[in-house]
Amino acid sequence: MYTQALNTRDTAGGADHDLRFQARIDAEDRIEPNDSMPDGYRRTLVRQISQHAHSEIVGMLPEGNWITRAPSLRRKAALLAKVQDEGGHGLYLYAAAETLGVSREELVDQLLSGRAKYSSIFNYPTLSWADIGMVGWLVDGAAIMNQIPLCRCSFGPYARAMIRICKEESFHQRQGYEIMLTLCRGTPEQKAMAQDALDRWWWPCLMMFGPPDTQSNHSDLSMRWKIKRFTNDALRQKFVDATVPQGHYLGLTFPDPDLHFDEADGHWRFGAIDWDEFRRVLTGDGPCNAERLDARRKAQADGAWVREAALAYAAKARAP
Amino acid sequence: MMPLWEVFIRSRNGLAHKHVGSVHAADATMALQAARDVYTRRGEGLSIWVVPSAAITASDPADRDALFEPTGSKIYRHPTFYQVPDEVGHM
Amino acid sequence: MTTTSITVTETPRIRRLLTLADDALILGHRISEWTGHAPLLEEELALANIALDLIGQARALFTEAGNESGHTEDQLAFLRDPHQFRNALIIELPNGDFAYTIVRLLLVSAASDLFWQATLASSDPALAAIAAKAGKETAYHLRHAAEWLIRIGDGTDESHRRAQAALDSLWPYTGELFETGAEREAWNAVVTPVLHQATLQRPGDGWMQAGGRSGRHTEHLGHLLAEMQVLPRTYPGAIW
Repeated sequence: MYTQALNTRDTAGGADHDLRFQARIDAEDRIEPNDSMPDGYRRTLVRQISQHAHSEIVGMLPEGNWITRAPSLRRKAALLAKVQDEGGHGLYLYAAAETLGVSREELVDQLLSGRAKYSSIFNYPTLSWADIGMVGWLVDGAAIMNQIPLCRCSFGPYARAMIRICKEESFHQRQGYEIMLTLCRGTPEQKAMAQDALDRWWWPCLMMFGPPDTQSNHSDLSMRWKIKRFTNDALRQKFVDATVPQGHYLGLTFPDPDLHFDEADGHWRFGAIDWDEFRRVLTGDGPCNAERLDARRKAQADGAWVREAALAYAAKARAP
Repeated sequence: MMPLWEVFIRSRNGLAHKHVGSVHAADATMALQAARDVYTRRGEGLSIWVVPSAAITASDPADRDALFEPTGSKIYRHPTFYQVPDEVGHM
Repeated sequence: MTTTSITVTETPRIRRLLTLADDALILGHRISEWTGHAPLLEEELALANIALDLIGQARALFTEAGNESGHTEDQLAFLRDPHQFRNALIIELPNGDFAYTIVRLLLVSAASDLFWQATLASSDPALAAIAAKAGKETAYHLRHAAEWLIRIGDGTDESHRRAQAALDSLWPYTGELFETGAEREAWNAVVTPVLHQATLQRPGDGWMQAGGRSGRHTEHLGHLLAEMQVLPRTYPGAIW
């Protein structure tokens, strides 16, 4: 046996240590769990990875809302598989965060007590089957923009989790777009359902990429430490450029009268985002914030006796 | 707290088990089931090993500028790794 | 005014296939209701795997039935009325707590597992082919349910109480799972040791509830199907 002290790297090594660490980052070295790292790096990673994990878990709820009403057996199975994947992604991410010295229990506790954030997009309701297509096409589309660069992030366990996640993610967005295609080629009611969904989801999806670069306060360090590879605005523009033609192909109209193609630089220019709405949703006043957390708290509370039973049985089995 | 287990999978034509991540479970049987459900959903695995994370001893090759002599340590710092497991208490 | 509902003319083979398909679909649907609410994250994935297996079995069975009856899998699943469904009553009961879900899964999977094993040798090649895949899946469902039941039964006082209550409540619905006494005996041989290891009291065999096989269901199926079938019924003819 050995003591905790042996495994405690002195991370308060000062400027010298931080320079050596930054040199490793700049050289595209992978940082692994037992490596020496600044406290700030560790803290930032725990925050970012756990936030990502919480988002996957909470994200199961708006989509899970339509499993029992999926309109065909194929769609039912596909949606269930997708939501299961999201649970799995949350699990991989909690596992990655745990290599940094925190337990999943602590992280879940932070979520359920309202101290931790998760992606604002999951505070919106899924009101029709078209919303399920929208979530796959737009929300997963936005997530993929963010996730692919993270496969090269500096922290090994996070990068490896992201590689695994990205492999599984590819069918999610295609599935969502295929749902939209089917609806837009369908009956007038289905087409109207699709348009209504876009009208409600477009702006919240643009907000997913976070505040404008001028306002984002975590960005600089995250970029320097190669935890974040592209800025919010850069990713947002990339998303718009990819998605608008896809929407036009569907025959849908984007709820933005200012949306236009800039011939000069080849980008789709869009109107002003309502950052007040973003702040409101982030701080708890979105349409579904309360019920999302209530659902997670209830699941945790209802499951307590199950977890206790499993641990009690294991303890009995170990006792002589 | 629900113990942590590291999962290793050797795929169909693989030569060796590969570390794929971790699961939480109360005992080894449930850990094995969890590993199968989480890491082989798409039929990726054939042979699964689960090991209590705290039972793994690691070397630390990466940090050339270590302030300490490289020595056997845990694979990472986790709040539960420093509790003495019941069976060890009997030793 | 015409209805969206379909009526299936059942040959013995169609009836048999629909019975199996309905069992798989309704149980898969019930288990899928746990999504986002499971007691731990690992169990979210396990239950989803089980639900996906069952829905997959249902699809294969509906397709086979539909080839003979002239319907698609979706028409059979979404456009029959409750009285045309042939699932056993035990399968349509609400999930209850985790103990109830696990006990129900154990009792049903034990019967399904024996059925699929026997069906490997079926003279019906399509059914034998389905049995080859379904058998492996159901064997795992049974093992998963058994391991959990042992831990819940022999865990804490509370978990034991919940497991026993679930067992007592579900027992009267088990009779409907068998057609012969021999089937029931084989099932007993599988289930009784698990109950024993779980320190649970095997209930006495009293009156057994039935009716599902002939379309006489509990009040629960109506609500389940109203939810499940809502979109195809609201938008007749639409493709999803």
